[in-house]
Amino acid sequence: MAAFPYASPLEKGWYYLHRVMCGMVLLFLIAPILVIIPLSFNSVPFFTYPISGPSLRWYDEFFLTIRWQGALYNSIFVAVSVTLLSTVLGTLAALGLSRPNFPWRTAVMSLLISPIVVPVVITAVAVYFFYANVGLLNTYTGLILAHTTLATPFVVITVTATLMSFDHSLTRAAAGLGAPPITVFFKVILPLILPGMISGALFAFGTSFDEVVVALFIASAGQRTLPKVMFSGIREQISPTITAAATVLILFSIAMLTTVELLRRRSERMRGIRSN
Amino acid sequence: MSTTVVQIAGEPDTVPLRLKLQRIERRRKLKAVTLVLPLLLFILFAFVLPIGQMMFNAVHDSTLLTLMPRTTAALRAWDGKDLPDEVAYAALAGDLSQAWEQKTMGAIGKRMNYELPGTGSEFTSSAQKARTLSAGPYKAALIEISPLWARHDVWSLLKRGSSAYTAYYLLRSVDYQYGPDSQIVASPPDNSIFRMIFLRTLGISIAVTAATLLLGFPLAYLLATLPPKTSNLLMIMVVLPFWTSLLVRTTAWVVLLQQHGVVNDVLLALHLISQPAELIYNRVGTVLAMTHIQLPFTLLPIYSVMKTIPPIHVRAARSLGAGPFYAFWKVYFPQTLPGIAAGCLLTFILCLGYYITPALVGGPNDQMISYFVAHYTNEELNWGMASALGAILLTATLLLYYVFNKLVGVDRIKLG
Amino acid sequence: MRKSLMIASILAMTGFAAVVLAPAKPAFAGDQLTVTSWGGALQKSMRGAYFEPFSKVTGIKVTEDEWNGEIAKIRAMVESKTVSWDVVDGDRRSAIQLCNEGILEKIDWTRLGLDRSKFIGGDKYDCGVPSFISATVVAYDKDKLPNGPKTMADLFDLKKFPGKRGLWKNPYQNLEWALVADGVATKDVYAVLSTPEGVDRAFKKLDTIKKDVVWWEAGAQPPQLLADGQVVMTSAWNGRVYDAIKNSGKHFGIMWDAEMWGADLWVIPRGGPRLDDAYKFIAFASSAQAQADLTHYISYGPTNKDALALVDAPILPDLPTAPEHMANSIETNHAFWAERGDELRQRFTAWLAK
Repeated sequence: MAAFPYASPLEKGWYYLHRVMCGMVLLFLIAPILVIIPLSFNSVPFFTYPISGPSLRWYDEFFLTIRWQGALYNSIFVAVSVTLLSTVLGTLAALGLSRPNFPWRTAVMSLLISPIVVPVVITAVAVYFFYANVGLLNTYTGLILAHTTLATPFVVITVTATLMSFDHSLTRAAAGLGAPPITVFFKVILPLILPGMISGALFAFGTSFDEVVVALFIASAGQRTLPKVMFSGIREQISPTITAAATVLILFSIAMLTTVELLRRRSERMRGIRSN
Repeated sequence: MSTTVVQIAGEPDTVPLRLKLQRIERRRKLKAVTLVLPLLLFILFAFVLPIGQMMFNAVHDSTLLTLMPRTTAALRAWDGKDLPDEVAYAALAGDLSQAWEQKTMGAIGKRMNYELPGTGSEFTSSAQKARTLSAGPYKAALIEISPLWARHDVWSLLKRGSSAYTAYYLLRSVDYQYGPDSQIVASPPDNSIFRMIFLRTLGISIAVTAATLLLGFPLAYLLATLPPKTSNLLMIMVVLPFWTSLLVRTTAWVVLLQQHGVVNDVLLALHLISQPAELIYNRVGTVLAMTHIQLPFTLLPIYSVMKTIPPIHVRAARSLGAGPFYAFWKVYFPQTLPGIAAGCLLTFILCLGYYITPALVGGPNDQMISYFVAHYTNEELNWGMASALGAILLTATLLLYYVFNKLVGVDRIKLG
Repeated sequence: MRKSLMIASILAMTGFAAVVLAPAKPAFAGDQLTVTSWGGALQKSMRGAYFEPFSKVTGIKVTEDEWNGEIAKIRAMVESKTVSWDVVDGDRRSAIQLCNEGILEKIDWTRLGLDRSKFIGGDKYDCGVPSFISATVVAYDKDKLPNGPKTMADLFDLKKFPGKRGLWKNPYQNLEWALVADGVATKDVYAVLSTPEGVDRAFKKLDTIKKDVVWWEAGAQPPQLLADGQVVMTSAWNGRVYDAIKNSGKHFGIMWDAEMWGADLWVIPRGGPRLDDAYKFIAFASSAQAQADLTHYISYGPTNKDALALVDAPILPDLPTAPEHMANSIETNHAFWAERGDELRQRFTAWLAK
């Protein structure tokens, strides 16, 4: 705001108004997430401030009861499987797509990305009808496959982004120096796209870990996931255990966010993009 | 042609090279395609195929054709003017006893109920009674058993059932249906809600998109103009909600907005209101929670476009005598339009398909089209209706997605 | 750096291989039985009275699931032959419909080893064993409404009792009550509701309070709505209210006028892999002793006539079947709802969305 000393009062007014407004928008964004954390340490099962006394009883319930524990286990099992599957599939596809002269690139890319745009209810219902015919309803396999379709676009997007400025002469140089394709992949390509792969993998993990609609349709008690338990909790009664679960998930997302951010910076450094 | 070949063959150096290059090029292409193929096949089988089948369900329904084969076959020849002749009634008697034996009356009755409410139970009971009929003539006997079989609209429905394809579900999705003579008429007002639901979906999506733009634009501007250190810090506050579980955020809104929730407590304590305001299970809660979720989606594309606008443009305009608002409006703002278009379009597309948030923080008047897709699938068991509503929603989404691709390009979608 | 990269990629690859090669975890392990009920206090009571004792006696582990009457799930399971619910505490209305469609197992009473004639309503259903008798009643908070509602008309009286009321998001029971509130005698309700004018009349009555209704979908919600002060009164399942009074110390009152009572049913989705164990479970849960045990936890009445003798006297007045509650009550007419449910639900959905 170099022009500020010369600004008219009206301009100054706008300047402060703008700042105040932005502060309120930021509050709007962050407050709901912060409000829920203290409540999870409340010793009584109510959602009102001030909090009557700190207690870890809801965390006990979250980590120790079979219902929550089983759901946590299921969610992690499904999400890890989805992450591995979608990272491999998505990375391969991104590598192919980034090669020059890939035929119908835009069309194929649009198709591969479409699962994030199609309303999730449509995906869920369609998969539900489909699985009912092929016997994949209420199975881990079914849930993992369905989540993988939703997660791969994120891997494709993040890996493609790291490949966007990829210097193809590097691979040619390596090949020219006599490296077999496998070595080229592991020694040249992989280190460069690894940050993108890991961000994509984290996105994939997050997508599956947070997914509720598809799980509601195609999973039963055996595959009860964390979001499923939370969903029925919110619908029926918000027990403070849900706020404890929410707090754990928030910490988890902060960890993921930090990792992705660090990776992005690292990737930019490696590819010599200077961030300003 | 032959001369060319000879000529080319006469120049051994160039020809093989071109061919070789072509071959290499082809092999490269093949390699690229091979890399993409696993995912492509996976998406085709696990995603496109199921959705395709669902779309097909919107126009395909062979319930009557397969469960009442004799009647539907006999009705092919019926001109649809008077009641059908004895042949059709005899066929009906056969189908009724078959339905009773194979326990399919329930399914047939349900199908008939869709189009002619109340006929399902009549059908079931007449199937039960028709067992006693052993010999014809059937027409009078069946009409005696149930007045259903003297109804022209019932016979029209059965005749329509002789085709496995039906426009019924799509018609119903826009509040039309078949009349007694298979002509298309408006649905009775008691049952016509879908045009209203589509408009509601559109209205909520527009409102949320507008709200995210209104809140997101100034913040994006601030983030783009602040020094990187501060803006990175503030950026975390924008991106954290983006990374937080949808259900966590919804829980938070319920806790905040309910009757004796945090917001009401604060407002009451400040004496701004004397009675708890209704903030949840209505439109206010729905739009608020959806705006919260969509805000980063609108903001981030605008922000990344703003980052590319050199501040020197506005300064130049100012130095040439433009007022601050004029310079902003004429020089800066037009350059942000691509970002606004990308962000708003993305938010709008995603809003159209919202289900969980309205279901948890909205009331019955705030449910969008996705809710009805789920409702018809799970509760009404009317999968044709679910598919038809889904087909319309999907078509709208894909059209907008196409526009998005043309306008912005899929490559430009960025995350985090 | 390089090393860790290699390790990471090898880990990723082996993990991937493990997922692809290993058969996804078997959904059905050893001796266990999935029993599905309506969640919340009811399910907790069943856990104490049925599931845990059953496991102790037979060694069969009970896996629980919950539902809110989404019969689509049962139908999809049976049609796709992936039945994962072995026994379901059934939706009474749809038990008839699903039975007609051949989705449910026909109950073989000799295999159960029970006397069908000893069960209230046992002869009415081919595909279900009556499990317990519950009622939908009107509940209110005595602390806020010391002079609570006395008749069904009070539920619809916004002047006498201003404020929100909770109702089940379902045409079922609301239409009956609307007619009662509009002056129809409890015994005539279904006769009136069978006519188109009767249906119009019921919807018209519901229109008068539509703006002030909070709709609930799961049985655990109404006590919560009352406790949170979101509603002044609400329809609720009597056992849930009893549970809130007994176990959470709430001062809730129950208005029994025009209570809608009926029996739930144990049903078996057809084609399940553990039919024998399912029969064993139903036989266990239908024994006089088990049914009497349920009343220790929740105020739902037994269907086994032998069980009544074993029920503790203090809980008798809380059961829906107590004579003073039955005086002006409606026995839910499941046959009516099996017949007209589709049509009325369609209209209700449209009415609600407007």
